[in-house]
Amino acid sequence: MNRLSWFNAVSLTLGFAFLYIPMIILIIFSFNESKLVTVWAGFSTKWYGELVQNEAFLDAAWVTIRVAVFSSTLATILGTAAAYVLVRGGRFFGRTLFSGMIYAPLVMPEVITGLSLLLLFIGIGLDRGILTIVLAHTTFSMCFVSVVVSSRLVTFDQSLEEAALDLGCSPAQAFRLVTLPIIAPAVISGWLLAFTLSLDDLVIASFTSGPSATTLPIKIFSAVRLGVSPEINALSTLMIAVVTVGVITASLVTKRAMMRQKQDEMAAARAE
Amino acid sequence: MRRAFLIAVPYVWLLALFLVPFFIVLKISLSDIALAIPPYTPTLDFSQGWSGIKDFFSQLDLENYVWLTEDDLYWKAYLSSVKIALISTFLTLLVGYPIAYGMARAPAEWRPTLMMLVILPFWTSFLIRVYAWMGILSNEGYLNQLLLWTGLISTPLTILNTNTAVYIGIVYTYLPFMILPIYSALERMDESLIEAAEDLGCSRVQAFWLVTIPLSRPGIIAGCFLVMIPVIGEFVIPSLLGGSGTLMIGKVLWEEFFSNRDWPVASAVAVVLLLILVIPIVLFQRNQQKQTEAEQ
Repeated sequence: MNRLSWFNAVSLTLGFAFLYIPMIILIIFSFNESKLVTVWAGFSTKWYGELVQNEAFLDAAWVTIRVAVFSSTLATILGTAAAYVLVRGGRFFGRTLFSGMIYAPLVMPEVITGLSLLLLFIGIGLDRGILTIVLAHTTFSMCFVSVVVSSRLVTFDQSLEEAALDLGCSPAQAFRLVTLPIIAPAVISGWLLAFTLSLDDLVIASFTSGPSATTLPIKIFSAVRLGVSPEINALSTLMIAVVTVGVITASLVTKRAMMRQKQDEMAAARAE
Repeated sequence: MRRAFLIAVPYVWLLALFLVPFFIVLKISLSDIALAIPPYTPTLDFSQGWSGIKDFFSQLDLENYVWLTEDDLYWKAYLSSVKIALISTFLTLLVGYPIAYGMARAPAEWRPTLMMLVILPFWTSFLIRVYAWMGILSNEGYLNQLLLWTGLISTPLTILNTNTAVYIGIVYTYLPFMILPIYSALERMDESLIEAAEDLGCSRVQAFWLVTIPLSRPGIIAGCFLVMIPVIGEFVIPSLLGGSGTLMIGKVLWEEFFSNRDWPVASAVAVVLLLILVIPIVLFQRNQQKQTEAEQ
């Protein structure tokens, strides 16, 4: 039972080849000596050297990282609050509207989100720059955070919170000492999701950024429109490397945290 | 008090940065283009009191929407976006289903790794994944080099800047959204049902069509919506991989705004796009609701 059949082995191999070969080719050709990206002319790391000296890219990268850190942190705070309110908040005025506003941005086309935020910023006379990109990114990524966190809030045992309250915790203490540690893995993955969404975003950033603040995707997009270049390949390789290391580390950390939680729960069950 | 604060902060944030901007789009879509800053008229002028507000409303009209129906660029772009979205969703299903099936039938100890391998591309930059195909599909690209070298073709194929490239790009970038829901439906399936069907005289192919496919239907439906809804408004893929013949509404909106600087028409395009998307979004939500009810 459960041995991989011939058909399944073939479909998995072809499927993963399709998913990974384009990126592998990209990585290989970032080490190409030649300026012509499609002809292999020997191994070289010179494009990485040029990349490090390209100040336009470095500036854009710095803007992107700052935007991503600020917006994902804000989005995590707002998204966690929103999830808590939706799952534990009970009834309040306009709850349906609230949950609608949480879910709608998830399916909203980016061009519409970008356009509408830009028109708002212009309407209230806010100069476009880092601040406006942070506001825009926070708005759509807080909804993703809130979905991730609320799926964790739904599954955990509410009696734990009630016990803490019975034992004399204030609601804030109960949240900090009981709820937050339990939902922490979801909060962290929410932050990571918001962070990568912000790093990735081209469309919304293009609408909401001004001449003073260009993000890396905007820079890449305008370079890529002119065709394939080895420098962009090198940049892409670096970004793929960062994401791969980040995702693998994060999954190992959350796995460890979940195992520890399970052990704690088992120990608690034994102590009873 | 604290509870009210906790509710109010995200609530007000979303009202101010999600709902209000949407009404601004709606309002500007009813305005006229003007050579001014901001480039539309009328603007609301409270200094003139009630008559200013009345004046403002009397100047709004549906002119831009009439324009959308008169110039066939727009409705062709809407139609072709929906067509491209439907075809590419179907192609993604064809490619994604066997992968999800293979994952669900793989030995249990492999599955977390396989999941990880599907999710990893999803975390890498969308733009980079689309860009990777530009080098592969261009006239002197790797695919043409390979085909010329094997002797299958004698002159390079033109793939980049055609709809074919757009389909390839969509299937590639949206594949994880299709695989994951189908995989989770297939993984929960009880395999003894297949054995029962085979015992009762079904061939393996019949068992697949009569048992596996119906049981994985919620996953298929969820996956199809998750691909189709964002693809209708897609901008990056048609502008990098598509050509002048590729008409998609996301690109039209972008150009209307950035190149033509016609904000009222861009806003009207956005409002109509949303109206088109409401149908699949409502259907999708109904499917998800049925799903959660069935699980309880």
